[in-house]
Amino acid sequence: MGIIVKNITHIYSEGLPHETTALDNVSFEINDGEFVGIIGHTGSGKSTLLQHLNGLLKPKSGSIIVGGTDITDPACKLRDIRRKIGLVFQYPEYQLFEETVARDVAFGPKNLGLTEEETEMRVKEALGLVGLSYDELKDKSPFELSGGQKRRVAIAGVVAMKPEVLILDEPTAGLDPKAHRDILDMAEEIHEHEGNITILVSHNMADIARLCDRVIVMDKGHVALAGTPKEVFSDEKRLTDIGLSLPPVSYLMHRLNERNADIKADIMDIDAACREIQRFLGEKG
Amino acid sequence: MNDSILKIENLIFEYAQYEDGENVRAVDDVSLEIERGSFTAIIGRNGSGKSTLAKNINGLLLPTSGTVYVNGIDTCDESQIWEVRQTVGMVFQNPDNQLVSTIVEDDVAFGPENMGIAPEEIRLRVDEALKAVGMYEHRKKAPHLLSGGQKQRIAIAGAIAMKPECIVFDEPTAMLDPSGRRDVMNIIKDLNKEGITVVLITHFMEEAASADRVIIMDRGVILADGTPQEIFKESDKIREINLDVPLAVNLADRLRKNGIDVPQNIISTEELIEWVLS
Repeated sequence: MGIIVKNITHIYSEGLPHETTALDNVSFEINDGEFVGIIGHTGSGKSTLLQHLNGLLKPKSGSIIVGGTDITDPACKLRDIRRKIGLVFQYPEYQLFEETVARDVAFGPKNLGLTEEETEMRVKEALGLVGLSYDELKDKSPFELSGGQKRRVAIAGVVAMKPEVLILDEPTAGLDPKAHRDILDMAEEIHEHEGNITILVSHNMADIARLCDRVIVMDKGHVALAGTPKEVFSDEKRLTDIGLSLPPVSYLMHRLNERNADIKADIMDIDAACREIQRFLGEKG
Repeated sequence: MNDSILKIENLIFEYAQYEDGENVRAVDDVSLEIERGSFTAIIGRNGSGKSTLAKNINGLLLPTSGTVYVNGIDTCDESQIWEVRQTVGMVFQNPDNQLVSTIVEDDVAFGPENMGIAPEEIRLRVDEALKAVGMYEHRKKAPHLLSGGQKQRIAIAGAIAMKPECIVFDEPTAMLDPSGRRDVMNIIKDLNKEGITVVLITHFMEEAASADRVIIMDRGVILADGTPQEIFKESDKIREINLDVPLAVNLADRLRKNGIDVPQNIISTEELIEWVLS
């Protein structure tokens, strides 16, 4: 189970005056079990790419092969795509609609044609995975919950479909620091528990650096950079040129390194930064 | 404080939760003054009452009890509500919910038009506002073709065109990419330098650290109020209520635990860099 994106091109409003090439011959691969970050400024083609990954949009040319199935093939059923790939949109809590939490989470699995019992098991498991109590919340209205809880319920609705690929589009936007950390911890736990491919789209470079095995950087409909966080975040000039930035820790270490080459620049986590500054101060005396 | 633009006295705001639910007190007896020309950041977890407080400042919400004065005018005085709205502009998180027109300059003109301002004056204000946010070249474009950061700048221009004395920003950068966030923060700082009173609600502690004053809201009350240095010095307390501290404060804390004597007043990355290299 991996994803192969091969030469995808997508053009909006083709033939009209405001024709825009949103994706231009994009290719990359994601391996089984990887946690991958996608970053890029607004308008870089990220959202268009995501919508291709779960079959909402079809490319003008190119193919997307998920676990051996070509999801761009017109013969490929949408239901099969949705079963494989779960996309959690930005602000997913706006999509809650059922009268109870349990029924909202059950909506997806039910549509997959699962039995009542299977569906209930999935709902229980999914709510557990997003850190909510099934017994406490199942009969509550989703609209009575706090913002962070609502978002978890919405994510549980996608997790309950047991997708082989889970895509999270800006899952922490608008959350306070604690809820932000909790949602990301949750994403890590789901990833470990399910052994799925997780794709995180985020503007938060620190989160991307901390969580991802690999990062894909989009710019103007192209893959501008791809590699491990360390590789991608070593190219500060390129990143700032395309409207992105370094994670705050890397930014600090780069600035220190510019002014004193004794200090290492390629550090992304705070513990390592602390050790490096301490070493430098110790040697400076 | 001798010249306050905003004065909030014992503000209580309650809203009804669903048909049979009890009232929820979102803001619980808050008193606060905001000095003219100042830059105040309000931080607090989701549901702490920050946004409810902000909406009470320009009369979008009216107090359950207590009083909010804007330039001495009670926001409950219906006859002067437009005066209040004109004095205090608001910019929200999602630019898509704030833009109303299909052309950028029409959108910016929307507020002044509603105030009945003469067309020549509107023209001047719109151009000036668009230049202030660096979007003048985009004035003929359709807002939906712009990036999130650009749309947010248009929303800010719309607020500026009303010539407010104060602007309340409610998480204006939450949905923006890094460069959009940088641009919007720079505009907010510039507006403040030109004399506009700024109230900024944010979850980004780095943004709060650039204000003159930081207020922490928790469960509807003001938990702390001081300069960024005073507030972020108490990093353990801040973590207790589920907030974060700026990176420099976090690093300085760790260095101190390892026996390194880092000055208490360091809260920004730039300050930490200077100190390490000094």
